[in-house]
Amino acid sequence: MVELALPKNSKITGGKAWPKPAGATETREFRVYRWNPDDGKNPSVDTYHVDINECGPMVLDGLIWIKNNIDPTLTFRRSCREGVCGSCAMNIDGQNTLACTKSMHDVAAGGAVKVNPLPHQPVVKDLVPDLTNFYAQYASIEPWLKTTTPTPQKEWKQSHEDREKLDGLYECILCACCSTSCPSYWWNSDRFLGPAALLQANRWVTDSRDEATGERLDNLEDPFRLYRCHTIMNCAKACPKGLNPSEAIAELKLKMVERQI
Amino acid sequence: MSAPRSMRTPLGRVRNLGSSHSGTTDFWRQRLTAVAMTLLIIPVIVIILMLIGRNQAGAAQILGSLPIAIILVLFIVASTWHMRIGMQIVIEDYVHNEKIKLASVMANNFFCIAVALASIYAILKLSSGV
Repeated sequence: MVELALPKNSKITGGKAWPKPAGATETREFRVYRWNPDDGKNPSVDTYHVDINECGPMVLDGLIWIKNNIDPTLTFRRSCREGVCGSCAMNIDGQNTLACTKSMHDVAAGGAVKVNPLPHQPVVKDLVPDLTNFYAQYASIEPWLKTTTPTPQKEWKQSHEDREKLDGLYECILCACCSTSCPSYWWNSDRFLGPAALLQANRWVTDSRDEATGERLDNLEDPFRLYRCHTIMNCAKACPKGLNPSEAIAELKLKMVERQI
Repeated sequence: MSAPRSMRTPLGRVRNLGSSHSGTTDFWRQRLTAVAMTLLIIPVIVIILMLIGRNQAGAAQILGSLPIAIILVLFIVASTWHMRIGMQIVIEDYVHNEKIKLASVMANNFFCIAVALASIYAILKLSSGV
């Protein structure tokens, strides 16, 4: 059956409260999930106070400030710090989003900024989730142009109208905010491809240059791979790029019906 | 996450047994039966209101009308079919033990078919006045 409670060794216990930085006039409280695979202890939530006059406005700025000034062991992924790479996806104040584009001042006005790793994924350390399965699911939809017609000398052509059909699909940065916010994905991530991989699948199914549309749909047509989506729409709510994976999945389902009826 | 301590590659695990090439039929039928029930629900409520307070002879007289019997049979077929698909989806969502899942899906099928047949038999029996 579905596990509604966390396993014993994943239950959050205690946590260290770090003192406020000396001399700081304005601080913001951060409560950050900590787990170290090497110490054999349960996860905890540490409390930090960030000097907001000393760092940028985003949650990621706060985390970097903590790492530089308070606790260098705090572990998280980050790279572009402008919402393009998707590395710093995490659960902030109960919502999966990118730490680099989420302002700490937008979080629960005045309250603590609660930061946790993306839900329902194995944790590597602190805020770093293991996304191996997520990436394998992306690989399984074969996200590249597949053609039988010999490659043209210059380029595969596409009309402006056909190119526009990819809007809302190509912008996905694979941050995993959507898939890890989906209850269906929580219960069945071993078989359900999840909103991110399915949105990407629809991106290739929709691409006018691709010649493997039927084969792609064959690969998806499965009660678990595709039809575990029950249009819960957490994915659309979570997407930091404002995309709608739920709609992309509905388009896939429509195409499945279209080719049968 | 499944497959603890397996040496299988992540892609191998995701591909697993491959696509079953099914699911669309159930998806379509679920919508078909939903629309059918939406159309039938008002006449069915009216028929039930007509039946309230009547004895068996009175009920048999109302159900003796062919359109009424057909509406009720159609509603039973649509609703039990919808119920079967819906319950199977719930089982697939939450029951992960393969043996229990198979047994649950089987029991669900039996239950829905039994409900459908018993209800249709009752309607036919009353409408034929036997």
